[in-house]
Amino acid sequence: MGQYEVVIGLEVHVELKTKTKIFCGCPTEFGGEPNTHVCPICLGLPGVLPVLNKKVLEFATKAGLALNCKIAEFSKFDRKNYFYPDLPKAYQISQYDLPIAEQGYLDINVNGQTKRIGITRLHMEEDAGKLVHQGLTISSSNSSLVDYNRTGVPLIEIVSEPDLRSAEEAKAYLEMLKAIMEYIDVSDVKMEQGSLRCDANVSIRPMGSKEFGTKTEVKNLNSFRSVQRAIEYEIARQIDIVEEGGKIIQETRTWDENKGITLSLRSKEEAHDYRYFPDPDLTPLVISREWVEELKAGLPELPAFKKERLIKEHGLPEYDAGVITSSRALAEFYDKTVSLHPDYKAVSNWIMVELLKLLNAENLEITDSKITPQGLAKMLKMIEKGTISGKIAKQVFEEMFNTGKDPEVIVKEKGLVQISDEGQISTIVDQVIANNPKSVQDFKAGKEKAIGFLVGQVMKETRGQANPGVVNKLLKEKLTKL
Amino acid sequence: MELFSLTIHELQGLLVKKEISAEELTKQVLERIEQVEDKIKAFVTITKEEALKAAREIDQKRINGVSLGPLAGIPMALKDNMCTEGIKTTCSSKILYNFIPPYNASVYEKLLGAGSVLLGKTNMDEFAMGSSTENSGFFATRNPWDLNCVPGGSSGGSAAAVAAGEAIFALGSDTGGSIRQPAAYCGVIGLKPTYGAVSRYGLIAYASSLDQIGPFTKDVTDCALVMNTITGHDPFDSTSANADYPDYTSFLVNDIKGMRVGIPQEYFGEGIDPEVENKIKEAIKKLEELGAIVEECSLPHTQYAMPTYYLIAPAECSSNLARYDGVRYGLRAEDADDVLSMFSRTRNQGFGVEVKRRIMLGTYALSSGYYDAYYLKALKVRNLIKQDFDQAFEKFHCLLTPTTPSVAFEFGSKSDPLAMYKQDVCTIPVNLAGIPALSLPYGLVNNKPVGLQLIGKAFAEGTLLRIGYALEQNSQETRITPILEGVK
Ligand SMILES: [Zn+2]
Repeated sequence: MGQYEVVIGLEVHVELKTKTKIFCGCPTEFGGEPNTHVCPICLGLPGVLPVLNKKVLEFATKAGLALNCKIAEFSKFDRKNYFYPDLPKAYQISQYDLPIAEQGYLDINVNGQTKRIGITRLHMEEDAGKLVHQGLTISSSNSSLVDYNRTGVPLIEIVSEPDLRSAEEAKAYLEMLKAIMEYIDVSDVKMEQGSLRCDANVSIRPMGSKEFGTKTEVKNLNSFRSVQRAIEYEIARQIDIVEEGGKIIQETRTWDENKGITLSLRSKEEAHDYRYFPDPDLTPLVISREWVEELKAGLPELPAFKKERLIKEHGLPEYDAGVITSSRALAEFYDKTVSLHPDYKAVSNWIMVELLKLLNAENLEITDSKITPQGLAKMLKMIEKGTISGKIAKQVFEEMFNTGKDPEVIVKEKGLVQISDEGQISTIVDQVIANNPKSVQDFKAGKEKAIGFLVGQVMKETRGQANPGVVNKLLKEKLTKL
Repeated sequence: MELFSLTIHELQGLLVKKEISAEELTKQVLERIEQVEDKIKAFVTITKEEALKAAREIDQKRINGVSLGPLAGIPMALKDNMCTEGIKTTCSSKILYNFIPPYNASVYEKLLGAGSVLLGKTNMDEFAMGSSTENSGFFATRNPWDLNCVPGGSSGGSAAAVAAGEAIFALGSDTGGSIRQPAAYCGVIGLKPTYGAVSRYGLIAYASSLDQIGPFTKDVTDCALVMNTITGHDPFDSTSANADYPDYTSFLVNDIKGMRVGIPQEYFGEGIDPEVENKIKEAIKKLEELGAIVEECSLPHTQYAMPTYYLIAPAECSSNLARYDGVRYGLRAEDADDVLSMFSRTRNQGFGVEVKRRIMLGTYALSSGYYDAYYLKALKVRNLIKQDFDQAFEKFHCLLTPTTPSVAFEFGSKSDPLAMYKQDVCTIPVNLAGIPALSLPYGLVNNKPVGLQLIGKAFAEGTLLRIGYALEQNSQETRITPILEGVK
């Protein structure tokens, strides 16, 4: 492996979350009964014409700006011609030689190192429909039905430079791209719903070589995990071929998630000639600099900047800052919580440890959970005041996560208020000392650790509600007096 | 009284005075259709019941005192490439033999709003590709002046219907001359408006950057009246111009003194029938008599217009017609064993020879490796042709040429595609430049109409109508009506 350099470029499709489709007034909403979000225009019926949804241009321009691209002054739409049943006009309206944005970059962070990945171009296009095969596989189906709900949903395609050098970098790039799209609020970027799609161009070359090796394009990558797995598989496959004296064939391959392998889809010779030409139904776009500046000024703080700020101003560790800013929802949760309870470190810890643990366990997004920044801030204040212990707080937090209840209500209902009354605790301490002569003896013999066991026993007796500080203090006092 | 032979403005007078009803008028025109249609074969679909119902509704509105425009109650026909909700729209192609659109073309919406009455959909060369209507996938339409001759094309059905009294007016579409050439052959007025003046929404595309809808009428006044209704910005057509559209009747003044008319050299001489040329020269004399200043001029890139057109139009059509694949509507080949064979068999069975020829030409012109040499080069030449016109219009209000090199020809006489393509040599440059042109009848040669073409700069339809109106008011040559053999 060491003697080869891996070269990866990603082509990412992002579905824009405009209310209506790119060239008609149909809703873009995901789901819906087949062929209910359609009209003569997106069905490409004879005689219809496209009219550009201005929001699409706005979202695409925002995305271009967030990716540090140059926004074109003059842009246009072209037709990409090919026959397929899910493409009702038999051409896709896309952009060929004058895309809306070019020459950008984004920074990724892998193993503590920041790396700049070039972005070649970003263009607008319309999505196609979906085939619903009437059998298990396409070849075993006697027929297929077509659902055109997705036809005409706006997409941007973002093409990276071949700057990525490992599957890990590819994954980091995709995650950063997803975060940026979320921050600027132009897409839901959900891979499982297809609003974020990724194809990978993969090649290898001898370490130190300046020339690119023959690349393969890997399609059908439906999750972040499959992006990484498929690229890792493809790298290994290519190395095997070269090691055995073979040659890589330029082709398109599809990732088989179940088998964990890539399979040949079509070779370069079978590649389409798309016969691109300017769409005569749409007038060219002249993009004013003032408008671009306006959009630029309106962009929110992007993840890279936010991360820097959390490290520098909030003193968070780089890793924690990276995780918190990797999703817009998580970052907003953090921001809101610290605005109510400005103990950065505590808020960050609770998010990093407890919140992410619960989210991962239930495979939820933060927006799906019932916990609120107000709830977390209130709970942290209760710890600070000593109303509950840190240990009890974990219980309270889980309850908040599941039910969305106010922490005070939870504490009251479950009787979880911390006992700090020395008189009350003192009685229990006496009991524990009386019941555990062995441990008392050990302590007296100089085994400091034995006190831990005794503290545990007191906590057990009080169902964890005793203030650990008070318990410690009383135990020490009473043991030394013995 | 033969109502079917009258103009819109004559009929409107009778309707307003309640001397006739829209229903009577529509009935008479439908009777005329019954009488002559087996000879002319102008219609693909006749919507008799819907027409009578619409006419009665207009009559009721008039009784109720609703204010109505000049097209209200006037029976008309649409070329069968304009979508009509619930009414078959076929483009005279087998591939769309059963297509019933679920929506209306914007232009039809406007006509409906104006109260005009749709009699039916007219025959055409399949997908508007042709100059004789012989390429219809169903049957040929005959020229009312000589049933052995073609009516021209591709809007041959609309032109023949108006000439034969089967419609008071009709709409056609013009991509390379498809309104003006059949108007010339059938002896009626035909106007191709400025590109963008009439919405293309609902017009089944042949070549999107060239297609434009326009009227066929019996005189210039009617042409202005129809233009008043069909022009205007349409938010459903991105190429529709957001311009100030005038009242076209305001140009109908019988005075052209001092107007400068250019005669482009390239449209005369070789390839033009000398008798046709003589008729056009008579018209030029008439204009001079009326006080116009007539001068020769040159459009040097004219000779490149045909090859340019036959790259751009087929390129666009190869893409526009790709959607007819048998998946969603229209013809689907029965005997396919997979998706690819369904596509190719459907298209092979559904398209005629000329359509296939142009799809192949266009596919080739756009192919990788040929794009720059053909399509891109054609776009550049198109620009030069446009510049020729721009320069000419710095000096002239309008240009005058023959509409066609000859009068209507006999069926089957132009079997060589190139000979057929040459019928459009005088009309094609206008589409490439996106400017308006009016074809006006000017006398007969061998008892067949000659067409005179007036070309103006963008949005100067009014100027063309003004000059056409002056000719009409001062010459016997412009109002001509065929005598149909064997019809009483
Ligand atoms: Zn739609």
